[in-house]
Amino acid sequence: MRYLKRRAIHGALLLLGVSVLCFLFSDLAPGSFFDEMKLNPQISPSTVSALRSQYGLDQPLPVRYGRWMMSVIRGDWGYSFAYNTPVRSLLLARARNTLLLTVSATLLSWLVAIPVGTWIAGRAGRWEDRIVLTGTSLFLAVPELVLVLFLLYWVVRTHALPAGGMTSAGFDGLTPKSKLWDLTAHLVVPVTTLVLVSLPILIRHVRTSMVEALRAPFVQAARAFGIGRTRLLFRYALPVAANPLISLFGLSIAGLLSGSLLVEAIMGWPGLGPLLLEAAVSRDIYVVVGAVMTSTLFMILGSFLADFILVIVDPRVRLE
Amino acid sequence: MGIEAAAKRAVKAPLMTTRGLSKQYVQRSAFSRNKFVIDAVAEADLEIAPECLTTLVGESGSGKSTLATCLALLERPDRGEIWFEQKEISRLSDRDLRPLRPRIQMVFQDSAGALNPRFSAAQIIAEPLEVQGRETGQGLRTRACELMEEVGLSPDWADRRPLEFSGGQRQRLAIARAIALKPALLILDESLSGLDLSTQAQIVNLLLDLRDKHALTYLLISHDLSLAEQVADFVVVMHQGKIVERGTRHDVFLRPRHPHTQQLVSACHVVEAAFRTAQAGGQP
Amino acid sequence: MSTPSDTVPTGASPLLSVRGLNVTYGRGRRSAPALCAVNFDLAPGEIVGILGESGSGKSTLALSLLGLLADKAIIEGSIVFQGQELLEARESCWQSIRGARISSIFQDPGLALSPVMRVGDQIAEVIRAHRPSNRKALKQECEAILREVRLPEVERVYNAYPHQLSGGQLHRISIAQALVCRPELIIADEPTRSLDVTVQMEILDVLRSINRKWGSALIFITHNPALLAGFADRVIVMYAGRIVEDGPATRVFRRPLHPYTKGLLQLIPGGSQQENVMQRGRLPAIPGSLTDADRLTQGCIFEPRCSARIALCQEESPTEIAPERGRRVSCFNYGD
Repeated sequence: MRYLKRRAIHGALLLLGVSVLCFLFSDLAPGSFFDEMKLNPQISPSTVSALRSQYGLDQPLPVRYGRWMMSVIRGDWGYSFAYNTPVRSLLLARARNTLLLTVSATLLSWLVAIPVGTWIAGRAGRWEDRIVLTGTSLFLAVPELVLVLFLLYWVVRTHALPAGGMTSAGFDGLTPKSKLWDLTAHLVVPVTTLVLVSLPILIRHVRTSMVEALRAPFVQAARAFGIGRTRLLFRYALPVAANPLISLFGLSIAGLLSGSLLVEAIMGWPGLGPLLLEAAVSRDIYVVVGAVMTSTLFMILGSFLADFILVIVDPRVRLE
Repeated sequence: MGIEAAAKRAVKAPLMTTRGLSKQYVQRSAFSRNKFVIDAVAEADLEIAPECLTTLVGESGSGKSTLATCLALLERPDRGEIWFEQKEISRLSDRDLRPLRPRIQMVFQDSAGALNPRFSAAQIIAEPLEVQGRETGQGLRTRACELMEEVGLSPDWADRRPLEFSGGQRQRLAIARAIALKPALLILDESLSGLDLSTQAQIVNLLLDLRDKHALTYLLISHDLSLAEQVADFVVVMHQGKIVERGTRHDVFLRPRHPHTQQLVSACHVVEAAFRTAQAGGQP
Repeated sequence: MSTPSDTVPTGASPLLSVRGLNVTYGRGRRSAPALCAVNFDLAPGEIVGILGESGSGKSTLALSLLGLLADKAIIEGSIVFQGQELLEARESCWQSIRGARISSIFQDPGLALSPVMRVGDQIAEVIRAHRPSNRKALKQECEAILREVRLPEVERVYNAYPHQLSGGQLHRISIAQALVCRPELIIADEPTRSLDVTVQMEILDVLRSINRKWGSALIFITHNPALLAGFADRVIVMYAGRIVEDGPATRVFRRPLHPYTKGLLQLIPGGSQQENVMQRGRLPAIPGSLTDADRLTQGCIFEPRCSARIALCQEESPTEIAPERGRRVSCFNYGD
């Protein structure tokens, strides 16, 4: 319990710090939301300043921060200037879309990486191993941008899958089954990109951990008792190899809201990424802060989850 | 070495004395309030006579390694006093301890782990000299080669890495490094434990030669009682963090007082008796 | 080469028969063999002590008897176990033998057990690998073997993790794992190294009682001859990958033939030989050490350190001689 309390306090402090920095940096960046309007000759300066004071943008920074903090405590995350809606509902909708993408990609990556990495570790040094290692190096070297553009190009040429967006036109009028089908079709390209980006690293990490674990004396000892190859891999080596992998898994969770920005932007996927990008450029300050805070929250949850799982899985960690 | 000679040396003031030395370790559980307090060493009183070989004997977990690290000034005891060359040193600051460190050196059990695998033999031996500013440049290498010869290693091997040496040779290397700063006290923490019998014998002979040459004092920590019976001047027995017996080799092996010591000594003698019987041709 | 009748003490056919075993790591003329021309027999239920120091090839011998040598090791010769030639066996055949018919006790049980599995489960795994069983029966068998190795608090130990147990308990668990399938041959590679002398004796006791009760043969590898006194039936002395002496334990201890054996026995404290030799407060020791260069010599490999060497020793490598019935020695100048 002490431990949980400590982690909760840490997390809260981190969120606080991030929010302060966010406000600070946004303020340091030159300009504000209504600057574009100022350039428009048809809008008078007094209108602009009236709008500014309506949104409280003429107040000094600490006051703005204090007000924001107070409203967050009440559950109100501020207002988006550009969309004219409360930040909270905007963020939740977008975050849901992003999670749809990233959760599928993360699950798929891990489900492929663990068996492949384990199998490869059992064949370390042989030709299967070399092929996989070369393949992963290749994919690591290709930038995410190139990958997604390549897939997009191929999809456009063959018309096999939709080339962007999350849903087709007329989505709401479809039957539930067709809706699912449509969504899945739209998911294929972005998820494939994300998987291809993260898979090489995961496979390598799994492989390294497993090779290390297989070399351990207790695995050799188990082998000396006649325990078979498969059992050695999964019952003896994998639980011990799991330690570093669990931390990696925590990182995967941590990046669930932030890792897909590029793909979303290019594919036109209505997720958190494009929203954040837009908001940052147009100084839609409360959206920026809200999005960053949500990302940070995920990061904290991710690392906490990793530590929690570690304690459950590894009996040695329990007493520290 | 004869009992009389040992007794004569013991009449001189002890090189190091401890009184009431204690050290605890605390383990906390991740999720509950419980904590486990382990008394690694409790109220240890002992004296190390100068130019003698004192053996600290005990099973694993008896606290002997913890005691050794405290005596080597690598850890601070929680309670108690340590007197070295008639000065109390357990409460000194790190800065005040620094001039004392060359006087007390340690040789560890795992030679492969105690020597930097990326350094050459000469670099390993020269490191303390360099750190303490005793030598520089070519002088370092010359002195390192001299020390290698003293411990029975060929100076031709000066540029080899530790892992190219055998276990016994690595311990010689560790000893060369330890005597580089001309210490008064050398603490050997199970340094002979991983070695074959014949290598052990050679290293022990080397240590005895070095002692005569440089007036060294040894504290040998070991679980091997029969080794202590062969070469120790003084024996200290530890059990579960406490010192249960102290005395000359003679006293401890012929007239053990504490039940734990009696158990150990009798087990030792049973093995020896079986061996003698086998040598006489009988079946024990 | 000695005939089988000289090496097998009884008339029964041997449990294990090793002939001409050579093991080399790496190719080329510069690589010396880890094992060279090793021949010996083991009768059922016999306790053989293999006496050897580091570099003697004893661990390589243990690994070859379990089929665990590295893939790149070059093996020649023959190992016949219960009438079956093992060096040609496939991995699946080895898997069925390891743990069930030939089993191994390790030097460092702390390293030989998985840190994240309960100890009872690890013993159960060995049974599961060799015969089908249900959960309840497995538990009963494991608890039975824990009692057999004289571990108190069987229930608690069964559910514990290795880091919760003491060194002595872990040693017994390592033995339990090796014994649980009642193998015909147990190989113990320095099982009591770094152990307190009282614990050492208990371990030897347990092994002796297992040998008497179940008739399992035991190969006990050690560098300390004192442990074999009153324990081993026979002693085989190894040096630099070769067998230099082989004979009944009592006779080898009373009258060692090979100079190396004599040197080793002098190292034992309290032995009758040491008192004669100890001078100036220094321990008796075999001078010098085995170097890589020595291994490639044409002559006797022990010659540089030998106190009984003659001119012939540098030129030729000695072959095995059987000076008495049941004893073998490889030396040109053996004896007193």
